[in-house]
Amino acid sequence: MKIGVLLKQVPDTETRIKINGDATGIDGGDIKWIVNPYDEFAVEQALQVKAAAGGEVVIFSLGSAKTLDAARTALAMGADRAVILDDDGFAGSDSYGVASALSKAASEEGIELLFAGKQAIDDDAVQVPQIVATQLEWPCATGISSYAQDGDSVTVKRAVGGGATEVVKVALPAVFTCDKGLNTPRYASLPGIMKAKSKPVKRYTADDLGVEAGADNAKAVTANFRLPPGRPPGRILEGELADQVKELVGLLRTEAKVL
Amino acid sequence: MAEFLVFCEVADGKVKKSARELLGKAQELSDGDDVTAVVVGSDLSGVEGLGAWGADKVVKVEADILGSYVPGAFASALHQVVDDVSPDVVLASASGLGKDLLPRVAALAEAGCASDVVDLREGDDGIVATRPLYSGKCLADVTIEDTPAFFSVRPNSFVIDEIEEKDGDEEDFDADLEDDYGYEVVDVETSGGGAVDLSEADRIIAGGRSLKSAENFSILQSAANVIGAAVGASRAAVDAGYAPHSMQVGQTGKTVNPSLYVAAGISGAIQHLAGMRTSKVIVAINKDADAPIFQHATYGIVGDLFEVVPMLEQEMAALLAE
Repeated sequence: MKIGVLLKQVPDTETRIKINGDATGIDGGDIKWIVNPYDEFAVEQALQVKAAAGGEVVIFSLGSAKTLDAARTALAMGADRAVILDDDGFAGSDSYGVASALSKAASEEGIELLFAGKQAIDDDAVQVPQIVATQLEWPCATGISSYAQDGDSVTVKRAVGGGATEVVKVALPAVFTCDKGLNTPRYASLPGIMKAKSKPVKRYTADDLGVEAGADNAKAVTANFRLPPGRPPGRILEGELADQVKELVGLLRTEAKVL
Repeated sequence: MAEFLVFCEVADGKVKKSARELLGKAQELSDGDDVTAVVVGSDLSGVEGLGAWGADKVVKVEADILGSYVPGAFASALHQVVDDVSPDVVLASASGLGKDLLPRVAALAEAGCASDVVDLREGDDGIVATRPLYSGKCLADVTIEDTPAFFSVRPNSFVIDEIEEKDGDEEDFDADLEDDYGYEVVDVETSGGGAVDLSEADRIIAGGRSLKSAENFSILQSAANVIGAAVGASRAAVDAGYAPHSMQVGQTGKTVNPSLYVAAGISGAIQHLAGMRTSKVIVAINKDADAPIFQHATYGIVGDLFEVVPMLEQEMAALLAE
């Protein structure tokens, strides 16, 4: 079975975000880049499916040259090869453009099952996997926390809010996006890291795939990046603890009007 | 001036209250053009009163397969309504379902979509949306020039005071749907029952690693029950096994937007602040007066949460009993 994983490189969660000079994005200068945390669960799940059902695990990633670092991490975990969509033609793509390129690349590679993280922690769009699935006309279960495959049928669990969990039966081929708790991603071993350096990496350009991506084709244009307004300074209460609590509840009622 | 189509989520046969916020905002921005509400489900007989929330028309799509959330069926149904109504703007709540669904509909319509927006306003080239990125560490504006433009709106983003009542004329829409989308909800497991969903909660009490155990979260739950709040947790508390990941607030957990957020024993790591910084009022309770959370709090109490939270519960209960 050919198993694909959509992978993204994102700034580390402890990063302090700075805006670039023309407010078209963030200043990437001294950012530590990591594999999107949810994507690690996707890689792990793909490796587990391969271990049970055989086949290969192919990493798909769209972005600049440094995207390859993230893909190498996944190769070091045990993925077989990577497909990198690294081309100026993709620069400035919106979610629709990114998804169009990824779904085309997945088709080209004959992928039969796709995993992704439930969310990229940079743009937080939660769009690309569902658009890919829609374009491939595959079902897609998002935010899964368990996965059991039986032939062409997969049973997953997904949290749906309010403490409820849905049990969903999905027919392959399909797209799944992975939540924390699905599995425990393995660490890349030293031999794994060495081996990753010689694993095959294929590149596609926008022309190769024949997709309309990039800034010129973006349907949603994101601009005017800025830091959020600061909060007005707060009040640290003083006095006996019991009096502070009384004062707090009074303030929540009369000043903040939230009780 | 723009025509709006508002997807109103239905839960247990009733329209969720997030619809009021969306319809109210749509009315404000439509400048007199039509605002159409659309609801989908297997039994919509309990859906009513959307005219009072500003819907000129209400489109109902009823089919057995829409009885549970089958994404392919929901997307197809909504896409057919979009085709029929041909609105300029389509809105949905950025709930779990809304965020999952809207990009699929936009993909079918080959249209642009912005998720989880916190502001919508009239711009030179159509509607401009503001959305947080990097879990709110920065903001950016999104413009979608072509119509229809799709936006999912973070719950509690708008204060809607008054809505002009409209007719809310109902229309049954017969969507052409398949019997099988390769996706079947076979069971729904509920734990605890009636728990408030964090990302939609209007009040949240959250705890950190200083709670010291899973059992001690009951202190927060007990206080939360008094004011109908949801209980959240920091990543440190979740990593320590005191709370499930579904309760985690922060960059790798839930992003929340309540009017009241009480942080008990949470130091205020960057990734946690990212998930709750848009809360309207933040109360910090921490033993450590130097904890970064105090720099972001509206009100702070320097003290032991094991003392402060039970007192807070009592005071709030006394106030609400008045």
